[in-house]
Amino acid sequence: MINVKIKYLALVFLVPLFFYSCDEVFPEAPAENELLDGPMEDLAYSEQNRFLAGDVAFNDEVFTPENGLGPIFVATSCGSCHPGDGKGHPFTTLTRFGQTSPNQSNNIPPGAPQLQNRAIPGFEPERLPSGVPFMKFTPPAVTGLGLLAVLTDAQILENADPNDDDGDGISGVPNYITPPDYFQPQWFHQSFSGKYIGRFGKKAAAIDLLQQTATAYNQDMGVTSTFEPLDVATNLSVDPEVSDQTIRDVVFYLRTLKAPIQRESDASDVIRGQQIFTDIKCGSCHIPSWTTPESDIGALSNKTFYPYTDLLLHNMGPGLDDGATEGSAETYEWRTPPLWGLGLSQDSQGGELFLMHDGRAKTIKEAINMHGGEASISRDSFEQLSETDKQKLLTFLKSL
Amino acid sequence: MKTSTFIYKNRKLLFLIIFFGMGASVMAQQISNDTTDLQMNMDAVYNRPFLQAGSFPVALGGYVEAHGQYFVTDGISEGISFKIPRMTLFVSSSILDRIKFLSEIEFEEGTKEINIEFAALDFEFHPLFNLRGGIIMNPIGAFNQNHDGPNWEFVDRPISATTIIPSTFSNVGFGFHGKTYQKQWVWAYEAYVTNGFNDQIIANSEGRTWLPAAKENVDRFEENFNAVPLVTLKTAIRHRQIGEIGLSWMGDVYNKYEEDGLVLDTKRRLDVFAVDFNTTIKKKVNITGEWVWAFLNIPDTYSQQFGTQQQGGFVDVVYSIIKRKMLGWENARVNLAVRLEHVDYNVGSFNETRGTIHDDLQAIVPAISFRPSAQTVIRANYRYMWETDLLGNPPVKTAGIEIGVSSYF
Repeated sequence: MINVKIKYLALVFLVPLFFYSCDEVFPEAPAENELLDGPMEDLAYSEQNRFLAGDVAFNDEVFTPENGLGPIFVATSCGSCHPGDGKGHPFTTLTRFGQTSPNQSNNIPPGAPQLQNRAIPGFEPERLPSGVPFMKFTPPAVTGLGLLAVLTDAQILENADPNDDDGDGISGVPNYITPPDYFQPQWFHQSFSGKYIGRFGKKAAAIDLLQQTATAYNQDMGVTSTFEPLDVATNLSVDPEVSDQTIRDVVFYLRTLKAPIQRESDASDVIRGQQIFTDIKCGSCHIPSWTTPESDIGALSNKTFYPYTDLLLHNMGPGLDDGATEGSAETYEWRTPPLWGLGLSQDSQGGELFLMHDGRAKTIKEAINMHGGEASISRDSFEQLSETDKQKLLTFLKSL
Repeated sequence: MKTSTFIYKNRKLLFLIIFFGMGASVMAQQISNDTTDLQMNMDAVYNRPFLQAGSFPVALGGYVEAHGQYFVTDGISEGISFKIPRMTLFVSSSILDRIKFLSEIEFEEGTKEINIEFAALDFEFHPLFNLRGGIIMNPIGAFNQNHDGPNWEFVDRPISATTIIPSTFSNVGFGFHGKTYQKQWVWAYEAYVTNGFNDQIIANSEGRTWLPAAKENVDRFEENFNAVPLVTLKTAIRHRQIGEIGLSWMGDVYNKYEEDGLVLDTKRRLDVFAVDFNTTIKKKVNITGEWVWAFLNIPDTYSQQFGTQQQGGFVDVVYSIIKRKMLGWENARVNLAVRLEHVDYNVGSFNETRGTIHDDLQAIVPAISFRPSAQTVIRANYRYMWETDLLGNPPVKTAGIEIGVSSYF
């Protein structure tokens, strides 16, 4: 009898003790500034619903041969390239080729502009033509793109200095892109002899998020749409494999993903690091802040945000010249990548860092040292910093 | 399908079930199970409580499971929800001496899915040589055959046993089974050829190698996907005082490599190996476990997100802390239990970086259960689970409480 009572008592005490002793009976949500995904604040209910539809299409919809994958492709879903909406992994690196000089339209090899290096069973993937120069693109983070998308061309052009008239050693030129047929210019776009300023992609080859999205479905997943109807394997038009609605939902999702939130912005090392960032002129290209004009989405209107980019192309020197290019960019020119979210990159790249356009840099310091061309001055200034100041600059960059 | 539509379409079947049920309730007597320690996992299909009405040659049985759950994933909860994952009906019949039939029809999540999980005839020529034909449960691991909810202290089925071994996995086919014993030892075997897998296992909405996707092929009870049969072999040995260990394998060509005489691809194999065991220590602690490995031939040029190797398993430890008359129920029990689970859906490394491919999960599930009888359980589980994506990013953490009931009837 005593034995039974002991068992009852053990039961009565052990179960609550288990819950009490467990720090996380239910796992708490990571802090908002530790996550890249999630909607912007102040979206209307209808916008939240649309965001959700885009979220499902972006992160949950996996393509299979049955619903349009391939037959040649790079990835099977949007989310597999941009896990948690962050930077991707070399596993889904894109290989771009075809153009070897600015505005080149002739002698483009077959299969360009992108290699589909995978294929569904029974099919052969594409092979890179022998001797063709190519670029590798590690998938970028997709957060905050809506804020960049609503900036006016005039705002972007304010920072352009093609001839380095101010003599600071930094030029900055837009990539002028021939738009696809389905491009519909907005009030903030300007035409330059039928071309428009590109903003998205490593070479700024996409003018807007619709072009970026429809092209990604087509070139990355081999999925056709009314926007991009050509099958990447045959170059023939086929029935749409993804609906216009889905593509527009994804575009809406990308437009309304929140901007990365800086962490520990009040820490003294972060503040000092930010000052060093300014002092050694990193901010000449990685322009810290922008303010949006009025937008059709209220949450995007009149917002000041901190992407650390100028959306312009810069000469990055021979070390980063892959011999291939897009649009009007030179082979050695690259768009200034936004630095926001940099400190969270390893949470989407499998605990490692794969920085620069092709993931060749494994640390932020390595990435800084790979800067050449117009960025040489800042790189050399970084090298001349004391170890303490270097660490503070790196601490600042990791806080972004 | 709406419930009302389902009822209308299946009214004859339902009337039949009600008829048998009423008849059974009037004249029924429970058929006692063979509870000797000769029973093994392979016998689980027949080792169930049945009701038989007089000399009526058909016996009925079944079980039901229902539960409520509250889960939180990284701070976000879908709230409380209630679920009836399955209600299963058994019909068995001794047609002639040494010829018997058993069927198991399962209604999952209401009437979302209705499956015949088992419907086979057994002809006993010799204890070591029985012919079985019909819809059979492939004897891979132990859980696939011994999956009835009331037998377990846990609300959820083991993850490895439902996502690597796609329990309950049954197919149409034929084969043999047999059993023999000597003193303390019992030895058994099973060997079947059945219809099998298809290429959806590497082309599915999960975006990973996913053997349960094979069950989405509704034609698999009608024809083999690629004309190559799935072979399943199992052998098990039991010591009456120690426990049972089983080794099993199933192998198949899963892809459509040929159609209309045209060769479409090379033959691509799938092989699954499993080891299972169970033991009882001092009649108070039951330990049950299963580990499974799956190996697939997947084209190198396909995405690495579809793993060529998977592995996983679980261990359940059940400790009976109280066994006596409680609340008027003779032989009632209170059990404490814990389940440890691990599944790796993609064993390997990335070609690009040589880094480890993850896509894995771990879980721990403490549980407490009350059994008014061996055939009925009220159980409460707490589950904590860590899921890591393909790249090895910080794991998604899920925890929750499930409270449910399950009983044979």
